[in-house]
Amino acid sequence: MLNFPRWKQAAILLTCLAGLLVVLPNFLSQQTLDKWPRWLPKWQLSLGLDLRGGAHLLYTMEINDVRKDWLDGLRDDARRRLRDAKIAVSAAGISGNAVQVRLNKAEDADAALKALRQMIQPIGNPLMGGSGTDIDVQKTGADTFTIAPTEAGLKQRVGNAIDAAIETVRRRVDAVGTKEPHIVREGESRILVQVPGLQDTAELERLIGETARLSFHEVHPSVTPAEAKAGRVPVGFKIYQGVDKREGEYLLRESPVVRGDELNDASPGFHPQTTQPIVQFGFNNSGARKFGKFTRDHVGKPFAIVLDDKVISAPEIRSAIEGGSGYIEGNFTPETSTKLAIQLRSGALPAKLTIAEKRTVGPSLGSDSIEAGKLAGIIGGMATIILTVLYYGTFGIFACFGLIVHGILTVALMSLFGSALTLPGIAGLVLGIAMAVDANVLIYERIREEVRGGKTPVAAIDAGFSRAFVTIADSQLTTLACALVMFWLGAGPIRGFAVTLTIGICTSIFASVTVVRLLIYYWLNAQPRGKGTRLALPV
Amino acid sequence: MRFLPNFRGFDFFPHDLRLPFMRYKGLCLALSLIAMALSLATIWQRGFNYGVDFTGGTVIEVQSKTGPADIAGLREKLNQLGIGSVQIQSFGTPADVLIRIEQQKGGEAEQTAAVGKVTAALGSQYEQRRYESVGPAVSGELRWTGFTAVIAGLFAIVAYVWLRFEWQFAAGAIVALTHDVLLVAGIFSFLQLEFDLSIVAALLTILGYSVNDTVVVSDRIRENLRKYKKMELDALLDLSINETLSRTILTGCTAMAVLLALYIFGGEVIRNFNLAMLLGVVIGTYSSVFIGAPLLGYLGVKRDWTGAPAPKPAGAAQRARAA
Repeated sequence: MLNFPRWKQAAILLTCLAGLLVVLPNFLSQQTLDKWPRWLPKWQLSLGLDLRGGAHLLYTMEINDVRKDWLDGLRDDARRRLRDAKIAVSAAGISGNAVQVRLNKAEDADAALKALRQMIQPIGNPLMGGSGTDIDVQKTGADTFTIAPTEAGLKQRVGNAIDAAIETVRRRVDAVGTKEPHIVREGESRILVQVPGLQDTAELERLIGETARLSFHEVHPSVTPAEAKAGRVPVGFKIYQGVDKREGEYLLRESPVVRGDELNDASPGFHPQTTQPIVQFGFNNSGARKFGKFTRDHVGKPFAIVLDDKVISAPEIRSAIEGGSGYIEGNFTPETSTKLAIQLRSGALPAKLTIAEKRTVGPSLGSDSIEAGKLAGIIGGMATIILTVLYYGTFGIFACFGLIVHGILTVALMSLFGSALTLPGIAGLVLGIAMAVDANVLIYERIREEVRGGKTPVAAIDAGFSRAFVTIADSQLTTLACALVMFWLGAGPIRGFAVTLTIGICTSIFASVTVVRLLIYYWLNAQPRGKGTRLALPV
Repeated sequence: MRFLPNFRGFDFFPHDLRLPFMRYKGLCLALSLIAMALSLATIWQRGFNYGVDFTGGTVIEVQSKTGPADIAGLREKLNQLGIGSVQIQSFGTPADVLIRIEQQKGGEAEQTAAVGKVTAALGSQYEQRRYESVGPAVSGELRWTGFTAVIAGLFAIVAYVWLRFEWQFAAGAIVALTHDVLLVAGIFSFLQLEFDLSIVAALLTILGYSVNDTVVVSDRIRENLRKYKKMELDALLDLSINETLSRTILTGCTAMAVLLALYIFGGEVIRNFNLAMLLGVVIGTYSSVFIGAPLLGYLGVKRDWTGAPAPKPAGAAQRARAA
């Protein structure tokens, strides 16, 4: 009956203490925190944009642009492959969601099919075993062929495009010098950019909307950057920084050989002979011509890949790169080659990004909201405490203590999960408190009822907790179901609210049931015992 | 514990009170049905004053740097810009103004241009405090998500109640919850208060709160069904409601006190949200007492919980026919 083994008591008290420790940094200044011993937690509850002020931009990528670019590329590729195979083409064009190719002579059909089938790429990581292909090549007539992207292929393509766009957007947002930008993919084709503290978004929007900044440059054959710095920079050349400080500086011809907007594709891969990670890339027709000529003239010399005015790589040209596609070798790991491929693809935004949603909150409004939330919280909290203590006496004090534990643990869990507190989140917090109060009300009303029914105090307490718990669990679980639906389907404010509500529900069972029960156990043990003393419940 | 004063709480609730709820169950249900019908009619007639989340367009909150804002002057100035109707309303303090620019025909570029015109017309006298712009694609999606979220929430709850109780309880819950959501939505439609994404969150919370109340009463009904096998169903329902009444009222009062504090002091941005929650708590408390349980009185419920099949409560069935 109402027994608490020592380990259970210790576990409960330790949980409360841990919660307190996690919450504490929120009330300390940054200076105190810096002096904080290293092993203590330093998380602070992060505030949502609506409370601290900042900009929230939701961009949509045009999937049709991605599809159209791809079809253009496929058409060019098909033409080139057929030309290389010495097959004459009478027409190659895009109709609907596919590329149609018509040959001059029907007798070339078998050879053409073979050549076109080589365009098919497996989908998925080749190391993990690919599944499916990105395109379908079909012979649709005696001399006609259809090259159609598959659903999975398009999905992968869009995914790659979004990844690339995110990389680009991130670099450009970083360039503005804002701190802690939050850039994530949302759904199929959206990118969410959140920048705390920023209010005038004009500059940011201009930067994000900008197109290609990738280019390929000739490296000066003899003069080193150090010499150029000491003496005179050769005419037409300029010193560029490496993307990492340790990669040093480069002396490059200022006008590029090829610009990034002529790059068709870039993907990570492995060298067929050495199995070293490489980055494969392909240019469109005009880019291929320019790059082919340049590499023919510069075999054995390095060229530089420049992204947003920084050199990301300066590999050596091993052999002339004809046909517009080649690969970059370097000391790559699979990760770095993937990253470079993304960077190459992302030099230009793969498709147009349009703003679908924009919200900014000024810092003054944010701090006003915080003040309002604090005031409302204090008044609401006081009202709750007064009501509970008035109605339940000493046990009401226990309930209030449970409420404080509930508040601490909720904030602690939010800090731990790194979920930001938003304005609707404050309301969720308040609702969580109401639910916690409800749990105590259910228990105490039950205890009173059992006492009225003639049970002894200890039996009434025991029955009160065990009977009320069923109801509490039922009511909390239904609310939890609702909160999960909100989280699943919800956008923006709904989600912030759902997170705090869910955390609040989980902590309220511990705080209002377990902690309060422990307190009542201590209280019972402290009551005078012996013959003649009758235990009276102060409920 | 020794330092803690031992004092009794003030139990002011008359626990012996036995209000005859079931005697008026027909009246309660009829009133609720009328209220639901009125809500539906209002929504049908007046529709909602959707916020930019759902209609698309732009909202700018500005604060005058020089005392109270000149709303009439602003209205005249901004409506001459040729960008369709521009709504201007005061927002909280006299210095705060909310400007709403409708979604421009064309696209993002036109919308930006329209906002640029407004910002230029406002001049330096106003500080921009908040800016929200939602494009047509996203607003359509948000409308859809908001709607499905409420429906999915409703079904998630009903599924849970069905699992834990008999189907009659789930039926009661679904009517009570629909009642709550409809009424709050109806009041928002009637008063033409702005209906945006945060109101959807409020509706979902109301679902949560109301079912919480309904479950507490249902739990007690189930317990009493096992305890008093011979008691007439109406008497049993009355007993269950009365036994849980102190809890219903006390929890309702605390929730209302907290929400009232949020409504009054919580700031202008979430005022409508708090109003919706406040209404929801009042209506949700009403519905769990006056809809969920009375409906059980009509539907009847399995009385024997020992497993053996038993005849339906004759009294309940007869009364249902009589009513």
